[in-house]
Amino acid sequence: MVSSQNESNLLSSEGDSQRTQYPYVTGTSVIGIKYKDGILMAADMGGSYGSTIRYKSVERLKQVGKHSLIGASGEISDFQEILRYLDELILHDNMWDDGNSLGPKEVHNYLTRVMYNRRNKFDPLWNSLVLGGVKNGQKYLGSVSMIGVHFEDDHVATGFGNHLARPILREEWREDLTFEEGVKLLEKCMRNLLYRDRSAVNKMQIAKITEEGLTISEPYSLKTFWNFAAFKNPTVGAEGSW
Amino acid sequence: MSTEAMDVPKGFSFDLCRRNEMLTKKGLKSPGYLKTGTTIVGLIFENGVILGADTRATEGPIVADKNCEKIHYMAPNIYCCGAGTAADTEAVTDNISSQLKLHRYHTGRESRVVTALTLLKSHLFRYQGHVSAALVLGGVDVTGPHLHTIYPHGSTDTLPYATMGSGSLAAMAIFESEYREGLTRDEGVNLVTKAICSGIFNDLGSGSNVDVCVITKGKKEYLRNHLTPNPRTYISSKGYTFSKKTEVLLTKITPLKELVNVVQVGGDAMEE
Repeated sequence: MVSSQNESNLLSSEGDSQRTQYPYVTGTSVIGIKYKDGILMAADMGGSYGSTIRYKSVERLKQVGKHSLIGASGEISDFQEILRYLDELILHDNMWDDGNSLGPKEVHNYLTRVMYNRRNKFDPLWNSLVLGGVKNGQKYLGSVSMIGVHFEDDHVATGFGNHLARPILREEWREDLTFEEGVKLLEKCMRNLLYRDRSAVNKMQIAKITEEGLTISEPYSLKTFWNFAAFKNPTVGAEGSW
Repeated sequence: MSTEAMDVPKGFSFDLCRRNEMLTKKGLKSPGYLKTGTTIVGLIFENGVILGADTRATEGPIVADKNCEKIHYMAPNIYCCGAGTAADTEAVTDNISSQLKLHRYHTGRESRVVTALTLLKSHLFRYQGHVSAALVLGGVDVTGPHLHTIYPHGSTDTLPYATMGSGSLAAMAIFESEYREGLTRDEGVNLVTKAICSGIFNDLGSGSNVDVCVITKGKKEYLRNHLTPNPRTYISSKGYTFSKKTEVLLTKITPLKELVNVVQVGGDAMEE
């Protein structure tokens, strides 16, 4: 934003305009948590074009290799590019045919390097990524932002999820959540986001990754509650007020 | 004093705003405002309204007041939490509070929440958002319990539960997931405390203690520092000793009555 204005004065002329200045089609928050058997991740299926909700069936949770799961918020086209890079990475890894496979920690590191190096060239991939997986019994959950900030934690969220979901996760997350409890916790956070994030849509997927493998659920909707007395009749006791 | 008839201009004078803009353009660093980067909340429970607030006042990155009061008195049955510029919230609530008192003398009745609401929103709208006060107004009057939010530009909302301030998202996350209608007093106080704590621990602009105010029909409880989850961790167990005390050299007490002759001449002593 400000930095791109400065560098367009410092560096070359008008012709050089292959830099990402702002995102076009964006996905909103992704939330990930560790639970007893592995990682659970949730994301809705909306792709917003500015203030319009343009696409309602965007899959923002994808498998990476045998052990990892990636969720992305931000520019959808950059996410698709990242998936192509990861595809190539996994392909080359398989070609070694050495019985070893890239785990979530390695993929997270690769993504961090990619994001950071793009940001240094003032041409970022406009995404916030959540990377989770299980390898050899070790659970791993990490996050990378578009400027290369990366860390590993028991629960992560991107975008609006940082403000609305993380307070809930900090209160209610425990080491030994069962699958049902984990899903309930994620749904609680996603419902909050549905109420208070304008770019959220009521169609989401939850993905689970364990030592055994990965499952991404079919899309489904959350139930919402709108029957508060003050919503139905806000001017009780003050007729004509607003 | 000039003898010409002075036309007192009505409304807000924006002259100094132009001067300030000019100075900023010339490079003057304008003084920071004392902002209450804040978490304030309110909710309606079965018998009335509960308001809650944190107690941190910030001046940029510094905590200016560790234990300020953000729940302001408006009327015996109406209280108002304020977020934004501390001077603005204090001044606007004080002003409308005195207007309400005069109104009570005039009408001989208990103040209504919608009265406070209309006075506040008209005031803020008149100042076009320059009075940076975001308020959560709650109270119980003859028509029942009411809870409103008021934004700096003068718009209002009537809600069953409300949050404002920098920590509002953290507090709203708690409310959206746990609020139900018909909460009891203790459940309500616990939920409000939980929401404020969520703001205190997840938002940098909020901190220190939790203040709670419970308003029901005919009664109000102002629970100042209802919860103090941030005590001072390390206090010297030895206490603090000062080596040399101040020495008292001379004590002389002069009663003031001896200096002045108070003469009461019948009638009102004040009449003069």
